[in-house]
Amino acid sequence: MKFAPRLTACIPALLLLTTAGLAHAEGTLRIGLGSDPDMLDPATARTYYGRFIFSAMCERLVDVDQHLQIVPGLVKDWAYSDDGKTLTLHLREGVTFHDGEKFDANAAKYNIERYLTLPGSLRKSELSSIDTVDVTAPLTVVLHLKTADAALLMQMTDRAGTMMAPAATAKGNVSAHPVCSGPYEFVSRVQQDRIVLKRFENYWNKAAYHFDKVVFLPIPDASVRLANLRAGDLDITEGIAASDTATVKADSNLQLASTIGLGYMGLTINIANGTANTNTPLAKEARVRQALSLAIDRDALNQVVFQGQYTPANQAFSPVSPYHADVPIQKRDIEKAKALLAAAGVKTPLNIDFLVANNPTSQQVAQVLQAMVSEAGINLNLQMTEYATLLDRQQSGEFSMSMSGWSGRPDPDGDIFSFLSTKGGLNDGKYSNPQVDQWLQQARLTSDVAQRKTLYKQVVEQANIDNPLIYLYFEPRIFGMNKKVTGFVPYADGLIRLQGLALNP
Amino acid sequence: MLELVVKRLISAIPTLLLVTLMVFSLQKLLPGDPITAMAGEERNPEVIAQLREQYHLNDPIPSQYFHWVGNALHGDFGMSLRTQEPVLQLIASKLPVTLELSLLAMIVALIIGITMGVVAAVNKGTWIDNSTNFLALSGISIPHFWLGVLLIMLFSVKLHWLPASGYVPFSEDPLQNLKTMLLPAAVLGTGLSATLMRHTRAAMIAVMKADYIRTARAKGLLSGQVIMKHALRNALVPIITLTTLLFGELLGGAVLCEQVFTIPGFGKMIVDAVFNRDYAVVQGVVMVVAVGFLLMNLLADVLYVLVNPRMRRA
Repeated sequence: MKFAPRLTACIPALLLLTTAGLAHAEGTLRIGLGSDPDMLDPATARTYYGRFIFSAMCERLVDVDQHLQIVPGLVKDWAYSDDGKTLTLHLREGVTFHDGEKFDANAAKYNIERYLTLPGSLRKSELSSIDTVDVTAPLTVVLHLKTADAALLMQMTDRAGTMMAPAATAKGNVSAHPVCSGPYEFVSRVQQDRIVLKRFENYWNKAAYHFDKVVFLPIPDASVRLANLRAGDLDITEGIAASDTATVKADSNLQLASTIGLGYMGLTINIANGTANTNTPLAKEARVRQALSLAIDRDALNQVVFQGQYTPANQAFSPVSPYHADVPIQKRDIEKAKALLAAAGVKTPLNIDFLVANNPTSQQVAQVLQAMVSEAGINLNLQMTEYATLLDRQQSGEFSMSMSGWSGRPDPDGDIFSFLSTKGGLNDGKYSNPQVDQWLQQARLTSDVAQRKTLYKQVVEQANIDNPLIYLYFEPRIFGMNKKVTGFVPYADGLIRLQGLALNP
Repeated sequence: MLELVVKRLISAIPTLLLVTLMVFSLQKLLPGDPITAMAGEERNPEVIAQLREQYHLNDPIPSQYFHWVGNALHGDFGMSLRTQEPVLQLIASKLPVTLELSLLAMIVALIIGITMGVVAAVNKGTWIDNSTNFLALSGISIPHFWLGVLLIMLFSVKLHWLPASGYVPFSEDPLQNLKTMLLPAAVLGTGLSATLMRHTRAAMIAVMKADYIRTARAKGLLSGQVIMKHALRNALVPIITLTTLLFGELLGGAVLCEQVFTIPGFGKMIVDAVFNRDYAVVQGVVMVVAVGFLLMNLLADVLYVLVNPRMRRA
């Protein structure tokens, strides 16, 4: 055949094509992310993934350490007035933004006011306790609060405390080219492909950062992300699936790091949202909800679905949080569950419609739950739905029971107030208990850690009786990385801190 | 000819209007709200209301529709809700990526499909025919994402020959671009090659029975020459038709392929936009695709007339 020689000539050329030029620049760190971030403007950004970029590119007024204690960031030190209604911030000197603009009290004021007033700002609730911002010295800002707010400083460890260069930001279209003051500055972004940052030469703490370039690569599929890591196309990645941890451990080129995260998964029960789904024993009888919770074996769920990598939960506060309440998780007790159902006058089997997001993990969890609670005489009808629709139905009360998670916040208030207080914005089941409201409000007003702990423990205990939200597990933050990566420390907020991180040759 | 083109263009206007109406109303029927998707964990009613206002989502639906169509007529398809990039700019940056992937996949499909089809037809009824048929059937049956992951495991993880995923623009680094495109093009192409192989085989078998093939053989031509010059050339006519049709199918395949290999193309953009309820992007994409299809149809009609003189008077 005539074309045969030409075809064979092609093969070496193809081989050459495939093997040449795989090496990459030494000073580059390639980080895998589970999804493409949204807007790169801290005022309007909403995704978890965007926070990875902000954390490398920008600096916050304050930060958290590994144990979720607040540590200085752009603020050197701070002080509350005695009534907790004035917060004075002393700023770090000698800090410049990527475009050369100086960071000072006016810049801090500009940013805080921008988060509070920009139409469409998603930071308004986080900073809602701030009344006015005063500049009292070139490097001193005083925040006057409407009410004492124990969570405010913690909010500033995230996007609400991220400082952008005022002049560049005022020009608009921040997302296209964000300018802030972190160790790395923005170079380019190709949506759904990569975000490239380069070293900021005038960074005040430059010596602690070892890469010339940082590239974030969003790769949504967990197995493809892992394949990239194994192939050496990524140096580090977040979001290793629990089922893949064994593969990472078995690979001699890779290492694993993990920590319990702040986020939880739970079952929200529609107690009083609308009328269509609330005329049921599940909505009306706390005993029925207790029975449901008692019929779940959280340890077994963890072993079966997550290879034991997750942490069973009965509250919103992760074990890494200083506010984790010392309330033991009740053991599975089918007899007691049946007795509770009988006492509540419920005829079994009790049918409950159960809204579940249509991803494989949620589906698996739901099926395991279905099997577990059926032994107590509860029959779950799984309704698989796409996530945006699930949220919509949850908000509008078109559900009896729904499984959804929360990404977690470093301050306990952010994990519980909106969910369990009567007027909470995320209280989709419309649970209302005046006593709980009172505790939550008190805990919000005091900065005394011991007092807050006591209050939150009372809330957790009451929530375990009323069960408006049946907590299932805390999700771990699992990172996979090349053996060459050194100096990595996992943080409970899941973000990758680049400080001290290096690649051995 | 000019008359035909003008007529066609005029008849395209109501079609396009219908498309705008359909895409707009279908989106409104989708459950789930773009602002909920956009606000994420923020549920402050005040913020939500402000966002609705900002994106004109409180206006009556007909007014929203005319607002959008009016702007689209001026070439303004709005901004992506998710990233605040102009939709047209987004499409312009993604379209070349998917076109390149489709083109490469088509080349792979043609090389594999036609070769296997010819080989099968020439060896009709033998074990060679049976095994190529088996391969073709497997090619149709194997899901793209699974084949993709398998190839990544082999060529990237085990052999370290090719990058596991990602994309580098051709203008930036042609070699690296081809390397990143090789696996996805192979995956996408294999599926199509099976269809092509089946059709090539059938067309070849039909042609091989023709009188002129017997004549060519009788003249004492080499068997290879008969197959390549006389048989294949004539069998190619239906294959060319099929190839143009398959290009449309490629876009659908590209959606999955781009997900697995994280190629920032058109397909991945559509999927992400639908899940994020990024209305502006979905609308823009559907419009661009619709216009593209209309233009392709027009082109096909014109070509048909050019090729077939009998059509000219119509």
